[in-house]
Amino acid sequence: MIETHLSLLIVVLPLLAAPLVAILPNGRLPWAASTLVSFAVFAMACLQLFSVSTGNIISYELGGWAPPWGIEYRIDAANALVALIVAGIAAITLPYALLSVEKEIPAKQHSLFYSAFMLCLTGLLGITQTGDIFNLFVFLEISSLSTYALIGLGRKRQALTAAYQYLIMGTIGATFFLIGVGLLYAMTGTLNMVDLSERLPALAEHRTIQTAFAFIMVGFALKLALFPLHLWLPNAYTYAPSVITVFLAATATKVAVYVMLRVIFSVFGFSLIEDTPTDEIFLLLCVMGILMMSFYAINQQDSKRLLAYSSVAQIGYMMLGLGFGTVLGVTATMVHLFNHALMKGALFMAVGAIVYRIGSSRIDNMAGLGKHMPWTFAAIIIGGLSLIGVPGTAGFISKWYLVLAAIEQQNWFIVGVILIGSLLAVVYVWKLVETLYFKSANENAHAGIKEAPLMLLVPTWILVLANIYFGLNTELTVGTAEQAVKLLLPGVQ
Amino acid sequence: MDLIIGHYNYWLVIIIMMAGFYTVISQGNLVKKIAGLNIFQVSVFMLYISIGNVKGGAAPIIESDISVYSNPLPHVLILTAIVVGVATTALGLALVVRIKEAYGSIEEDEIHEQDHSL
Repeated sequence: MIETHLSLLIVVLPLLAAPLVAILPNGRLPWAASTLVSFAVFAMACLQLFSVSTGNIISYELGGWAPPWGIEYRIDAANALVALIVAGIAAITLPYALLSVEKEIPAKQHSLFYSAFMLCLTGLLGITQTGDIFNLFVFLEISSLSTYALIGLGRKRQALTAAYQYLIMGTIGATFFLIGVGLLYAMTGTLNMVDLSERLPALAEHRTIQTAFAFIMVGFALKLALFPLHLWLPNAYTYAPSVITVFLAATATKVAVYVMLRVIFSVFGFSLIEDTPTDEIFLLLCVMGILMMSFYAINQQDSKRLLAYSSVAQIGYMMLGLGFGTVLGVTATMVHLFNHALMKGALFMAVGAIVYRIGSSRIDNMAGLGKHMPWTFAAIIIGGLSLIGVPGTAGFISKWYLVLAAIEQQNWFIVGVILIGSLLAVVYVWKLVETLYFKSANENAHAGIKEAPLMLLVPTWILVLANIYFGLNTELTVGTAEQAVKLLLPGVQ
Repeated sequence: MDLIIGHYNYWLVIIIMMAGFYTVISQGNLVKKIAGLNIFQVSVFMLYISIGNVKGGAAPIIESDISVYSNPLPHVLILTAIVVGVATTALGLALVVRIKEAYGSIEEDEIHEQDHSL
């Protein structure tokens, strides 16, 4: 019974939980309920990935209406992997949330906070599960609207302007996507992605289809913060509550990258991109994004903002693989999706633990803290090494595949950019490490600061250890990614 | 000529779309930005409704003597999009109220100044 409805339950469970959590009394009950739900969703996402890992596809008809008339949830290895990332990060973030949220958010807003969190989870999971392009838009807006509200709950008043800025840009992005979908529907008369992919090749030359493609690409480039459409991201990540920064950095942009993959390869087909200058534009923007955003990261005075700029640079790596459009390139994108969620999750959690103790994320205020908080400090070091791409960490695997993809294309310029990007990452990670360990603050500044509580350390270290584990054992990440790529790029081998 | 008059609804959509989009980008007042965003979204609603129209088609209610109906699906889609638009506007205006409480202003440049004079 649960088996057959699994792909729907993953979305419906958090959706039903949201209003329930909202009416629970404040205190720890809303937290406990949403954590329980996130565990259940995580278990189901694991089960789902297991059942599609052999390469078969689950098609679930909503309400018994057969596709293409009804909405179809269509799960293959690509969705299942992204759904696992989202569900997994939620299941790790929520236990972490308890103390962090009690510190950063007024007690009377707790049940609403967790309710919005559940809605955000629903939206992100819905985007990954659905096989209907309009349904995707609806889930996109569910996740976006709850995200705006969650960012606005940050402690500083800049959180409000950050949320407002994100609302404006996010809505423009989503509306662009909606225009694109409308034009596609006008030409093909269908919204089902499989159906679209069958009807589009015959129309590929048509101006309306190309316009639709352009609208969808720009819309999602805004959502995934592709340079230079990233302007909302640094503020949103810096001023959002720590928990939300962890969750968004590890999931929201990843889901948007997944949609990009799905739309480009499953719906339009990569030939449309090769015929138009889209792939060159992607490569150019990625190269500029990686280099410029890494320099920006080096110059930041706030640790969360530093990591946010690094996130924009890392999105450049993901889109590079997509721009190549080869099996190796897209595999690298899928692997980096997963690995970047692990490393940024771990780093933002460690920074969140510091914020929990000293109440500030400014780098100046962190001088010498490494000696007071050795475990948090070690988490930052390992997360940082993974971000740089040192062998033995998850980051190395994705960089390795990306470099292989670039070499396969004989594109030595891109190889150089990836290596320079990694060197710049060394610089900004070192900036954190140096301040935390080697700079000595005056002794009184941090007197009495203890190691972060276990409730924060354990989730952080689960992600840190996952960084090492997936750096050594690539069976799950690379294996699933290769399986996914086989389905995304059927003709190419 | 037919390109202009025959497709007047699409021209209207483009004009409204650009007017709304321009308002979002050019206005410094946060409420006006939301209004611009709304106009921008409304143009998309009109685009969808135009798509759904079938030449000579009647309203999609089954009648014995009618054989051509307009496509109801875009209308249904746009009902969903309208709800999303209302929710976005509500949330945006709520944020503006909170920003006014925190900064005492809803002008972008004044808010910017306050953040940087700290």
